[in-house]
Amino acid sequence: MTTKQFMIVNRKAPYGTIYGWEALEVVLIAAAFEQDVSMAFLDDGVYQIKKGHQTKGIEIKAFEKTFRALEDYDVTKIYVDQESLTERGLTADDLTIPVEVLSRAEIGKRMEEQDIVLAF
Amino acid sequence: MKFAILVSEGPYTHQATDTAFQFAQAVLAKGHEIFRVFFYHDGVYNATRLTTPPQDDRNIVKRWTELAKANNLDMVVCVAAAQRRGIVDDGEMQRNGKDATNLAEPFRISGLGQLIEAGIQADRLVVFGD
Repeated sequence: MTTKQFMIVNRKAPYGTIYGWEALEVVLIAAAFEQDVSMAFLDDGVYQIKKGHQTKGIEIKAFEKTFRALEDYDVTKIYVDQESLTERGLTADDLTIPVEVLSRAEIGKRMEEQDIVLAF
Repeated sequence: MKFAILVSEGPYTHQATDTAFQFAQAVLAKGHEIFRVFFYHDGVYNATRLTTPPQDDRNIVKRWTELAKANNLDMVVCVAAAQRRGIVDDGEMQRNGKDATNLAEPFRISGLGQLIEAGIQADRLVVFGD
């Protein structure tokens, strides 16, 4: 099968809308198709991978654990926008998976290298 | 050029589906090919034949079905997104014990793999969302 570079870009908070969860479903399927998959987290999207989701009060299934399973699917290229972290008082230590923290310009470069960019 | 289109917002609430439709029309008018149109998130609501807009408004669902029939387009609705939002065909009705269907022809319900395949097969996958 042809392999292409897919980047899934997450810009929205994990709950409040379904975009984060449905984006993760795309990542898992793309990985199952043995594509070269990466993820980028920008803006409120960085909250998706923050440690300690507690969703009982809003009666929505938490999907923090699914991020920790990404490694099993060989999805290890996880890029996080430095500015988005800083704006929200976060550092890489607050995140639930190992990531590569990059400047906005560097993330732009990675995007340019992709065959397909899916932004959610 | 071979295009694939992803529609990830519902009709009427968002401009994205209108723009996707107009883009599809323009692509075909220029003689390009559309490998597939894939509907995800609330985009799956583009596929319900029960949509009834006011008479002086555009009928977004009907417009998609006419374009698809005239150009033999492959219009695929994500099964997981459709199940959540109550978009049902005969197969889904039987599998999930529902009492009705609402999928417009010629839309079909299938898996997310169809989106990935569209990305692989097409020269460009163009995303219409917010």
